[in-house]
Order: sequence, then structure tokens, then C-alpha cells
Amino acid sequence: METVKTQDIAINDLPWKIEYNAERCTLCGSCVATCTFKSIKVAVQSQSITISEKSQPEPEHRHIARAIIKQDASIANACRGCGMCERICPNNAIRPVRNPDERKALLSRDNGPIKRGGRTNLNAQRTLDHIIVGRISQMTDPSLDSQRHTFDIRAPFGRVLSPHELPFRVENGKLVMAKKTPPVDWVYPLIFSDMSIGALSTRAWEAVAMATAYLNEKCGLPVRMSSGEGGMPVKLLESEHLKYFIIQIASGHFGWNRIIKAMPHMVTDPGGILIKIGQGAKPGDGGLLPAAKVAEHVQAIRGVPKATLSSPPNHQGLYSIEESVQKMHLSLNAAFGFRVPVAIKCAASATSVSVYNNLLRDPYKICGGFFIDGIQGGTGAANEISLDHTGHPIVSKIRDCYLAAVKQGLQGQIPLFGGGGIGMTGNAAADAFKMICLGANGVFCGKILIQLLGCIGNEHGRCNSCNTGKCPMGICTQDPRLVKRLDIDRGAQKIVDYVLAFDAELRKLMAPIGNSSLPVGRSDALVSTDKSIADKLGIQYVC
Amino acid sequence: MCRIGSIKSKVPVHPSKALHLMLPQQEGHDNSGFAMVMQDLYGIFSDYKDKPLLSLACTQHGAELVEEYMDSHNFTQLAEWIPVPNKEPGLDIQAMPYYIFRNYDYPEYYNEKTQAEREDLLLDTRLALRKILEEAKEGFVYSFWPDVLTLKEIGDPRDIATYFRLWDDNGCLIAKNIVAQCRQNTNYDIVRYAAHPFFLQGYTLCANGENTFYTKNKEFQKSLHRGYIGFESDSQNFLYTLHYVLHELKWPLDYYKHVITPLPFEEIEKRPDKEILMAIRQSLAHLEINGPNTIIATLPDTRMITCCDSKKLRPVVVGRDDTMVAISSEVCGLNEIMPNRDMTQDIYPNEREVVVIDNELEVQRWKQ
Ligand code: SF4
Ligand code: SF4
Repeated sequence: METVKTQDIAINDLPWKIEYNAERCTLCGSCVATCTFKSIKVAVQSQSITISEKSQPEPEHRHIARAIIKQDASIANACRGCGMCERICPNNAIRPVRNPDERKALLSRDNGPIKRGGRTNLNAQRTLDHIIVGRISQMTDPSLDSQRHTFDIRAPFGRVLSPHELPFRVENGKLVMAKKTPPVDWVYPLIFSDMSIGALSTRAWEAVAMATAYLNEKCGLPVRMSSGEGGMPVKLLESEHLKYFIIQIASGHFGWNRIIKAMPHMVTDPGGILIKIGQGAKPGDGGLLPAAKVAEHVQAIRGVPKATLSSPPNHQGLYSIEESVQKMHLSLNAAFGFRVPVAIKCAASATSVSVYNNLLRDPYKICGGFFIDGIQGGTGAANEISLDHTGHPIVSKIRDCYLAAVKQGLQGQIPLFGGGGIGMTGNAAADAFKMICLGANGVFCGKILIQLLGCIGNEHGRCNSCNTGKCPMGICTQDPRLVKRLDIDRGAQKIVDYVLAFDAELRKLMAPIGNSSLPVGRSDALVSTDKSIADKLGIQYVC
Repeated sequence: MCRIGSIKSKVPVHPSKALHLMLPQQEGHDNSGFAMVMQDLYGIFSDYKDKPLLSLACTQHGAELVEEYMDSHNFTQLAEWIPVPNKEPGLDIQAMPYYIFRNYDYPEYYNEKTQAEREDLLLDTRLALRKILEEAKEGFVYSFWPDVLTLKEIGDPRDIATYFRLWDDNGCLIAKNIVAQCRQNTNYDIVRYAAHPFFLQGYTLCANGENTFYTKNKEFQKSLHRGYIGFESDSQNFLYTLHYVLHELKWPLDYYKHVITPLPFEEIEKRPDKEILMAIRQSLAHLEINGPNTIIATLPDTRMITCCDSKKLRPVVVGRDDTMVAISSEVCGLNEIMPNRDMTQDIYPNEREVVVIDNELEVQRWKQ
């Protein structure tokens, strides 16, 4: 017998253990073939069994060598709990089981910090679930009928002027516009957040893009999708559909070469520009695309060789908010003739209110939206330490920013969009509605979209392997064999269905509080069963 | 729920007319108070139409505080009417010790000032008096404006009228415009300031219903103008927005409706003036009003208007004869005061309409 070395990795150190039933297994090999992480393998095991093969019982004891499926006891190939093996096994012979005694976090730093995808696993608390829509219209102010009444479910995207700044002139008793105002689009209050081609497989990105186009053209919902850093396919840049897309510019400026070259050929303006300063999942970090995912088409779109692509943590040359406004906002506004709203996305932080105040006071009136991304936002690749230990919850941040604007009478001028954890429990409409009552004009979401495409990752350590290029669902990978696993039509359909249900559910929440327009800032509609949450957000405490 | 009513007449009418308009509707209100604003006054105030009139309910000490302030700010008293109440036993009224209606002349150095400066002075004076009386808990000041009288009291409207001898119709207190209401705000604590109609710089407004965007409206209005204070009732939001749109932004009246109940985006898209309507909806989003309601308002030029919420969840009817137009939550009020009118001419405004009555009693229906 070999001597056991206590430093050796054992199955029991891993976060997921494979529960395998040899009696049921027919050794078809499907599970081993499907496991993208090489966490299971075929092995031979000696077994001593008693069998009786005659028509009468004649038990016989035998020692046999038998093929079985065995879990690999290594950190690199650790089972991610994705459940593909269980999904594919025709005999229910195998499944991953969570291991409460795991030591992976402790043992997997041999090659430096742990990297992974997904969202924070440590700060997954749900403030929004302690908030209830508690102000119900009854008696004198009747509830509306969610199916019969008209509801205006739209959010402004673009710089809104103060009433006294509107360049109106009275002519023959009518108001006329004396000069141009900043561009504002009224979009659907659910924005598909920035996941790049590269982070996602092209097919997965296309599924989201298809859903976006369908929702706009067939369902009348002006949903906008942010491209993510890294550009867009030229065909899309030069198509009519560009108007549904918000092109992102992040610190690496990846993809902008192509975008600028495509500009003379654009047949319509994009839906907006989003300057990404930071991201809730890993504030202070730039984008990260591991070399494993930089496939040929990604190299082409981004104009880079195959290598790990790290965007710098900052936009080079931006030293202050004023400068950011002057340089980036102005040049991007100018690039599209001041016809396209330019917004900014920052990671939520203890300093968000100061940033928002500075934007609100910008004399050029060119910031068309403030996107704040909370700690529960997702990412394709980050250091685990950033994911779990840096960031800021989004709910109170949105509220703080809104109230900072209220204090100055500037609410609504730079629309607020909150993201990071919206729809974490699957109920995005309730989350969105509560955020809106607290002062958001709308919300943005990413993780839930890929979950609709099939991602089974969650904030309890399941999968979160988007950085590896081995996404078992074909979503966060550029491996053509894996990408085939994703049916993009069905994926797009799922997203469309979800958004339609989201829309119906928003009405279901607006109707009982008697509102036909979005109740932005209607904090009186909310109550909380948690005193400290109620106090922090300035809503009623109930029990 | 309350009921609201107003009268606009070619010949000045007594407040009893407004009471007769309101009392048949009492099933809809709870007779918990009576409040009215009279504009374009005759009778004892005829000679002072251009001089600001202070409407006040206070204690004796409150009256002294007011006098002190007005003296030290160089207002000179011109005329005064202090009702001698009928204190017969058994009246349901929570009366204040004194009701003072007093005309003042502007301080001398205001002779050269512009209309706008005078308007500001009157507002600031009222706000200062309100503050003094509030801090001392010695009374309430409702309006300070030329040719405008406000009376508000808690109790049974009939008894309030008896107390102030409003049934006497003795020609002393008459006006061409009266906006009235017979209920205290029962949603919150009973506060005299919470009773409609509300008044600000020539604008009077009464509302029946709920404003479910009260919090949003209030948070925004607070920073728009120093006169937007109190917020004892969600209906004050309607008045402040009316004042803001017309007096501050100086937009034509049509746009008030576009601010409080904007058209749905789909409809705006089809309009030739969509650029303007979108800009209004964007920039004044926090002044939008949701919830069921009807309003009646009088403007500084004494035109009277009425309109409803965007779903027509509250009733209102406009009736007229040769000398008078009346607006009422319920038609029974009109039947009481103008039984011989041509009822086929009654107007039941729809949710996208503003009815405007000018001083010739011409009734116009503006479509939003
Ligand atoms: S659960 Fe996923 S990672 Fe684990 S063995 Fe099965 S297929 Fe492999
Ligand atoms: S299924 Fe794919 S997208 Fe989801 S967590 Fe795993 S690797 Fe990431």
C-alpha cells in the first residue's frame, strides 16, 4: 500500500463530490465525454462480489476488475457541480453533490490568486427581499387594472434638462423649441448589460442580440443591449439594428478601431454609448479576457493577437471627473454629432454620490445616464478576492444618489440605472420595481440573461468557470464544439419570454399602487420588515 | 372622498350660494369643515380691489404679532372686516378667537416697484406671518393678495355659515368667483392648512381625489420655489405645479394638463408637437400626477378651469345659465342652485380635456 501524503489532494477537499452508482451505470461514457473540466474519468477497480448465474441459486464469490467512473482528485480538474454528467446520463447513475467540508479555497493558490467567473459568493445577501410593495391603493384611490389600463413603462436615456433650462419660446400661444436639446431616448427600463463577444461565445452574444431585436420589432419594447467592451460584428454595425445597441467603450478601447472604420457606413446611429469606468464585480480592475478565450474571430473584432487581454484599471489620461466629462463625453458626443446619448458606468462605491454630484453639475449637460453596478454584478473573469471582497451593494447606493439629486432639485436629470444582482432569485421584475421606487429610472442585468440561455452558475459556488474557456453550456467559451451545445433560437426565445413576463409583472406591481407611469422615487410605496434597512432607505418599517 | 365646487358669476354672489351648491353633495363628504376662496370681491371690499387683503384666523396675541410685523414692514392698514360671530349654543364649530380680513396699502417705497416685485413682497409677507404664527402657535394666515378672501374652518358647514352669518346675504361679503369645499383633510391629522382650496399668488385650487405621486411631487417642488411649503395635503401639489407652469415658467395654460397628466408615449409619438411634449414629459417627470382626481382652479385673471386625472376616475360637471357658471363634483349641487338651466348644456369633461371659463362666462373645452 502507498503511503498517504497528507498534502495530497483528496476528493473530500473538493467543493463537489461525485455520487456514482456503479450498479446503474452501463458504461456508455457519455458523462466523461461531456465533462468539460475533465473531472471524471474511466478507471478500473477491483471488486469482490457474490453472484449467482445459474437457474438455481448457486452463489459464487469472485474477484473481478471492473470499469467504473471515478472523480479526479485534483484542484485543476475539480468538479464544478455543473451537473452536465447528471443531465446526460441515461440511467441516473451519476450526479455532483456539494461537499460542506471542502478546502478548495485554501488549497488552490499554488499558482497565484484564484481566478474565476460568476459573481460574489460571499455577499449574496438580498436587501430587496426585505422590502415589500406595501402601499396598496384601496377605496378612494383605486388600484388600476393591469390588463386593461395603459401603462407607460419607459425610462429616459440621455441628459434631461431642468424645466427652466428648456429652450422654449412662446409663439401664437404655443411653445416652440428655440434650440436643440440633448438627445434623450425613452427606452425600456430593463437594459441588457454589457457582456462582450469574447466573454460570451459569439453565438450566445447573438442569442441576446436576437432577443433584443425581436423585443423591439415584434413586441414594441424598446430594450437596449450594451455591446460590452470589445466591439461588435461589422455586419451589425452597418445594419439598421444598430439603433438597439449601446456601444461600450472601456479602458482597453478594444474594438473601437473597427467601430470607427464602420462609422461612415452606419445607416443609423447606435442607441447610445456607454463609457465603462468600472464594474461592480471587480471594482478597480480592468476587463480581463484570458488567452484561452481569445479565438480567431475575437482577435479579428478586437484587432489583437492571441494573448490574455487585460484592460487597464483606468482610462488613461482621466484624472478627474471633470476631465472625464470634458474629454470622453465630449469626444464621444461629438463623434456622433450630439445625436446619441452618452452614459457612464461605474462600480458602486462609497464615493458614488460624489461622482454623481459632479456629473449633475457638469456645465455641458452631456452625461446621459449614470449606471451604477453593485457588488453582486457578474463577470467573465476576475480574481476571486475582488469578486468576494471588493464592491458595494447597489440598493442603498441608488437611493443615496437619488436623494443627493433630490436635495438639489436635480432628480431625473441624469437618469440612474442600477445593476448587480437584479433578478438573482429569478424575479427581476420585483427587483426592478423596488429599485425604481427607490429612485432608479431603470435597471440593467447580465447574469440572468445567460442563465436564461442555460448557464447554471450561481452565487453558491456552482460552476463559475466562465474564465476557463470550458463553459459546459457553450455560453462563455470560444470552443466550437462547446458552442454547439447552445441552441441560439431557443435561447433567444427564452429571453424574449422572460422579458414579456417581466413586463406583465411590472404592470402587476404598478396596478395595485395605482400608477400608470413608472413610480420613480415613490419610496412611499415601499415598506421594510427590517428596521435598519427601513432607516437606511428612508421607508416605513413594518412588522 | 370630498366634493368640490365653484361658482363664476357675472353678478357677485354670496357665499351662501356656494354652500347651497355643496350641501346637497354631503353624502360624499363628511361635513367636517368649510373652506372657500373668494376672488373679485364686492360689498365692503369694493373700494380696495387693488390693495392686498389679509385673511387670518388667530388668537388675540396672534393678531398682535401680525400687527407688529406689518407695522415694522411699513404696511398701512386701510380697511378691516372682523366678522361678529353668531355664538348661539350648539353650533358644531371649532372656531378660532378672531377672524381678520384686512386691506393694507403697500409700503411707500413699493410705489415704484414692478408687479413682479409686489407679488414677491406679498408672498414673502404671508410666509413670514405664517412662520411667526406657526412658531407661536397663535393662528393661521391663508392669503394675502388683492381682491382675494379666504375662510377656512373646522366643523359642520351649516353651523360654520351660521357662525359667520353667511346665511344672512346682507351684501357685505360677495364676489364673482367662489371656490368651496366642505371637508377637512381626513387622511392625516386635521390641520387647518390642509383644507382646500389652497391659494398662492393669485392661483386658487381645490382638488377631489388622491395624488399617488405625492412624495415625488413634494420632493421636487420643495426645491422649485420658496412658496411651495406645507404639503399638508397631496392636493397642494396641483396648485404648486399650476403656479410653476404658469407663473414661473410662463407657459400657456394648455401645457398644465400636459405636465400633470402627460399623454402616453405612444400618443405623443403621433403628435406634430411631439418634440415639445416629450421635452415637457422628460423635464417635468416629477410633477406628473397619478391617482384619481378632479381639480378646480381660479387663475390670477379670474378665469376658472377644471380637469380630471388621465383615467377619469373622479367626476365633475359644469353647468351654466345666463349669469353664472358652476362647477361641481355632482350634478345635484348644480340642480340646487340653477334648477332652470338647460341641462343638455351641462359638460362632463373627459380625461383629456381642460374646461376654461373666461370672465364673459364663455366656456371653452380644450383638448389636450
Ligand atoms: S458535474 Fe460537471 S464538472 Fe462535475 S463531473 Fe459532472 S460534468 Fe464534470
Ligand atoms: S455555465 Fe458557463 S456561463 Fe455559467 S457559470 Fe458555468 S462557465 Fe460560466
